[in-house]
Amino acid sequence: MSVLQAANLTLSYGKKPIFSNLDLQIPEGKISVFIGSNGCGKSTLLRSLARLLKPQEGSILLDGNEIAKLSGKEVARRLAILPQGPIAPEGLTVHQLVKQGRYPYQSFLQQWSQEDERWVKKALEVTHMDELANRSVDSLSGGQRQRAWIAMTLAQNTPTILLDEPTTFLDMTHQIEILDLLYDLNEKENRTIVMVLHDINLACRYAHHIVAVKDGGIYALGKPENIVNEQFIRDVFDMECQVATDPIFGTPLCIPYGKGRRLI
Amino acid sequence: MSNWLTLRGRRHSFQFDRRLLIVVSLLIAANVIAMIVCVGLGSTFISPLAVIRSLIGIGDSSNSMIIFSLRMPRVVIAVMVGAALAVSGALLQGIVRNPLSSPDVIGITGGASLGTIIFILYFSHLSIRYMPISSIAGAFAAAFLVYLFAYRRGITPLRLVLIGIGMATALTAFSYMLILTASFTPTAVAVKAFTFMTGSIYGVSWERDVFTLWPWMVVLLPIALIYARHLNVQELGDEVATSVGSSVHIKRTVLLLISVALAGAAVAIGGAINFIGLMAPHIARKLVGPAYGGVIPVSALIGSLVLLLSDLIARIAFIPLDIPAGVFTAAIGAPFFIYLLYRHRKS
Repeated sequence: MSVLQAANLTLSYGKKPIFSNLDLQIPEGKISVFIGSNGCGKSTLLRSLARLLKPQEGSILLDGNEIAKLSGKEVARRLAILPQGPIAPEGLTVHQLVKQGRYPYQSFLQQWSQEDERWVKKALEVTHMDELANRSVDSLSGGQRQRAWIAMTLAQNTPTILLDEPTTFLDMTHQIEILDLLYDLNEKENRTIVMVLHDINLACRYAHHIVAVKDGGIYALGKPENIVNEQFIRDVFDMECQVATDPIFGTPLCIPYGKGRRLI
Repeated sequence: MSNWLTLRGRRHSFQFDRRLLIVVSLLIAANVIAMIVCVGLGSTFISPLAVIRSLIGIGDSSNSMIIFSLRMPRVVIAVMVGAALAVSGALLQGIVRNPLSSPDVIGITGGASLGTIIFILYFSHLSIRYMPISSIAGAFAAAFLVYLFAYRRGITPLRLVLIGIGMATALTAFSYMLILTASFTPTAVAVKAFTFMTGSIYGVSWERDVFTLWPWMVVLLPIALIYARHLNVQELGDEVATSVGSSVHIKRTVLLLISVALAGAAVAIGGAINFIGLMAPHIARKLVGPAYGGVIPVSALIGSLVLLLSDLIARIAFIPLDIPAGVFTAAIGAPFFIYLLYRHRKS
C-alpha cells in the first residue's frame, strides 16, 4: 500500500512560479495520467511528486509521511520514477541495468541476494526482456530500450511507479506495447501507475484518472469519460475539436478540427 | 545465466561476471611477469629464474642485493603509482560522466605537481612523509578552483573539462616559473624538479617512497571499490540515481575526494605522469564493460602494467641514460587522447 499526495505545494523555476498552493491526491491502485499543453508543468509536477524537485513550500506525502524526511532508500522501496529519455552508459547490458533497480535493497556485502535475483528475473520476464538480457542497452531499438528501463524500475518492486512521457519518441506499435505493459502491471499486480502522456486519446483509453494541468493549477481531474469534452480540450489545449466515442473501447476520442483532406 | 557467478553466504552475496574474473586473473599474471622481467633487466641482467630464486630466498647474494635494494622498490612504486592514477581517472570519468576527463586533463595532477614543487623548493628540510600531504593539498586546491570556475548553477562536464585544461596548463607553467625563478635553487634541486615535472620513478627507495605511498593506497583503493555501486547508479543520471535511493551529492563528493587524493598521492611519488588516468579506464571498459565493480580493479591492473612497461623502456632503451617514464606514457597517451577526441567529436 502506498498513498501519494501533494499538500499545499508551491514550485518555481528560479523566480518564475509554476504551481502555488496545489493539493493533489493520487488514487491508489489506479492508472493516473497527467495531461496538458507543452510547458504547462505536468512533468514538473510529476518530478516533484518523486522528490526529484524540491518544493519551495508545502510537501509531498507518501503514506502520510513527508517524503523529504524519509531516507532516500526508504522512498525508493515504495516509489520509483522513470525520468524522460534516460541514457545508459555505452556497453551496459540489460541485465546490468535492471540490477541497478535493486540498489535500495543492497549494501556492500549484500549485492546479489536471492530476493534480488528473483525480482530481476521477474522484471525481465514481465517486460519480455529475458531473451535480450545479455545485449547492451545501446544496441537495442527504442521500444526495447524503454522496456529495459521499465524493467529496471520494476526490479525496484515498488507499489507506485511514476513515468515521465514513457512513449515519447516511440512509433505507434511500441507506444501501444509500452502502455499495454503498464496496463497489465496495474491490472495484474495492482500497482499504482502515474505518468505524463502527450496523446490525449491514448490517455483516455488507458487512464482511470486524468489530471489536466493548466496555468499553474489543476484544471480538472477525474475519469476521462466524465471530464473530457469539447470545452475541456479548448480550455486545456487551446484547440477546437469534436469529441467522439472510440469505436473499439468506448472511451472519449478527440478529433481535431484544423485543416486536412476532406472526403465526406 | 552461465556467464555469471553467484557467491552467497549468510551475511554476504555477490554476483561476478565470469569474463571479469578471467580478465583480472590474466592481468594479475601479466603484472607478475612484467615485474619479474623489470626486476631482471638493466645494466646487470638477471634471468627470470634467478629473480624467482631470489624472491623465495634462495638466490645468490649479489643478485638479491640488486633486486631488493635497487630494482624492487622501483617496480613496487610503478605498480602503486600506475594503479592509483588509473583508478583516479576511472572515478573521475564516472563522476563527471565524461570519457575525456582524467586527473591530468582537468588540472588535478597539475595542482599536485605545484604542491610537490613548492615542497621540494621551500620545505625540503621536512620529512619526505609530508610530501604527499603537500601534493594532495595542491590537488584539492586545483580541483576546488576548477570546480569554482566551472560552476554556474551546476556543473556541465564540457565546461569542467575546458576550464580544467586551462587550469592544467596554467599550473604547469606556474610550476616551471617557480623552478626557474627561485634564485636560491641549487642546480641539483632544479634538475630534480624538472624530472619530476615529466614524471619519473627513477631512484626510488623503500624507506623514502614505498613506505610513504603504501598507506594511502591501502586506504583509498578499497574505498574506491566499495563505492563502485554508487558510481554505477550515478552513471545512469542523477535522476535515476535519486529514484533508486542514492544520496547523489554526498556520494559524489566522497568519490571526488578519493579520486583527488589518489592522484595527489601518486604524483607526490611518481611525478606528473600523464595519460595513464585517461587511458587505463577506457581499456578496462573495452575489456569488461562499464560496470565499476569491474572497471576499478581492471583499470588499476592496466595502470600498473602500463607504468611498469613504460618505466622498463625508459630505463633500458637508452642505457646508461635513464629517461623519465612519463615520456613514454605520453608517447602512447597523446595519440590515444587525439583518438578519443576524434571518436567523441559528435557528442
